Amino acid sequence: MSKLPKPNEMLRINYMPPKTGWQETPVDFRPGTFLYSGRPESLETVGLPNPRQWSPEDEDWKLPENWKEIILEGLRERLDKFRSLRIFMDTCVRCGACADKCHFYLGSGDPKNMPVLRAELLRSVYRKDFTTAGKIFGKFAGARELTVDVLKEWFYYFFQCTECRRCSVFCPYGLDTAEITMIARELLNLVGLNIDWVVTPVANCYMKGNHLGIQPHGLVDSFEMLCDDIYDITGIQLDISFNRKGAEVLYVPPSGDVFADPGTHGLMGQLMLLHETGLDYTLSTYNSEGGNFGLFTSHEMMKRLNAKIYAEAKRLGVKWILGGECGHMWRVIHQYMDTMNGPADFLEVPKSPITGTVFEHAKSTKMIHITEFTADLIKHNKIKLDPSRNDNYIVTFHDSCNPSRAMGLLEEPRYILKNVCNNFYEMPEDTIREKTFCCGSGAGLGADENMEMRLRGGFPRANAVKYVHEKHGVNMLACICAIDRASLPPLMHYWVPGVSVCGVHELVGNALVMKGEKKRESTLRFEPIGTEEDE
Amino acid sequence: MPFIEVNGKQIETDEDGFIVNLEDWNEEVALALAKTEQVEELTEDHWKVINYLKDYYKEFGIAPMVRKVVKATGFSLKEIYDLFPTGPAKGACKIAGLPKPTGCV
Repeated sequence: MSKLPKPNEMLRINYMPPKTGWQETPVDFRPGTFLYSGRPESLETVGLPNPRQWSPEDEDWKLPENWKEIILEGLRERLDKFRSLRIFMDTCVRCGACADKCHFYLGSGDPKNMPVLRAELLRSVYRKDFTTAGKIFGKFAGARELTVDVLKEWFYYFFQCTECRRCSVFCPYGLDTAEITMIARELLNLVGLNIDWVVTPVANCYMKGNHLGIQPHGLVDSFEMLCDDIYDITGIQLDISFNRKGAEVLYVPPSGDVFADPGTHGLMGQLMLLHETGLDYTLSTYNSEGGNFGLFTSHEMMKRLNAKIYAEAKRLGVKWILGGECGHMWRVIHQYMDTMNGPADFLEVPKSPITGTVFEHAKSTKMIHITEFTADLIKHNKIKLDPSRNDNYIVTFHDSCNPSRAMGLLEEPRYILKNVCNNFYEMPEDTIREKTFCCGSGAGLGADENMEMRLRGGFPRANAVKYVHEKHGVNMLACICAIDRASLPPLMHYWVPGVSVCGVHELVGNALVMKGEKKRESTLRFEPIGTEEDE
Repeated sequence: MPFIEVNGKQIETDEDGFIVNLEDWNEEVALALAKTEQVEELTEDHWKVINYLKDYYKEFGIAPMVRKVVKATGFSLKEIYDLFPTGPAKGACKIAGLPKPTGCV
């Protein structure tokens, strides 16, 4: 692992483009800014092509002999299949609106992290082989030959995009630049170029039901420990179930929350809430993952992994599905599920048995986000909350890229936070809601070997947190995504020491007044609780 | 592939020095791995954590969550960091011969 620069060194960002033109500037695999190659066993597990040992730093990437043919044929197929891709390839007018909207560009100064130029890496090849102007005028029409060096550049920069889609918000044509990255990654996968942080979670999820590869007995063991902790804090013993046929609801949290703090605290809050409402739900050991790293591999892989949730819902005979505090899961559910694996007409439109609310917007996917469920409970006054228990926290909210930009989940988490804590402050307007800044580690880029680039990419987000930390004393950054809960703590530690990270439902769990509970002495992270008001 | 050398024998590791095959692990390998994680000697307290990690991995095929380590060994998180400066997930797991976890972690 490479040594990290100090924050003041990291901030000396050079925005002056290199003297050489972009096509003449070779890619530099500098340690700390790229990710390790996919492990061959993981590629084999899911049948991805060309499994082998290789490293991005090697001269020879051990590509198949006809790699160029494979990539160009792959591009041709995708241009035929996805009309959107052809539009994205043809439409850009280089207005530059996206250029300074990318967190990786802001944090690195590397012009190839401008979304327009990142797309150009693929567009130039498209022009060469798929447009008349490019075929005739070549370089003068912005076309270039696909070479091994171009492929290396693709690998570096398309695995330096978190598919967050902030740039798309500012694009006057609304080009979905994340989909350009998705297609480029799909093409790279055709010749065996993937990163381990993506393909091993994919293989684990496919074989064992979750990214981490937690097996059924391990899952049960972990959930039981969380229930023991809840008992210690509240005096209430939860009765949870796995793979229970006939339950009304299948509840699917992200597996990161079963494994590491602070996700575990948020998961405890969710389990407490579900207990208190009496919802008839079950967990699954077959599909124990909300996230879907298939999204970061290929459409086909996304479809295969997403199908597991619905296969399990069908097998168990539930009525609808409740998803946990996961981020990119919601891009898959909201934007792709219906045409990939839907319609899920064997399920019912989600209806809260507690409030009677029917979640009509989920009538196709039959799946709602836990913050929608909880906000609805609060709105109907169905749970008792004591926000003063969170008085030690001065809270702000980080909109996770996918719930905010891919499904418009903007109000529910805020509504919950304002009801479960007394101190809530928003970060500046340009950094929240649809314009939220990425954590810098999404789309499978959260590996430690990529830490420098993660901290650079996360800098704009951290800078906005720093602003409210200094202005309002904010000491808690709430979020609704497991990648955030894994990546924001080191980001805060580096840029804004003194700010902790939590899931929204951790604060719900603290504030939730449960029937028959003992006097709360500690928060869900076993720290002294913030109030004396209960006395 | 990268490797670590113990008593003249080369043991295969991943890019970050985690051993690839758990069968390669023994106490001498543990000590060699410890030195790559800022741990100069392995005391009884170190072994308490290492043995718990190994046993858990054997039963569940994955590293335990950090809170389980705290609960099971009776050491506070701070004490664990004092023992393993690079942390329980990276330092202690590596010394115990476990692979690194991947995903939303």
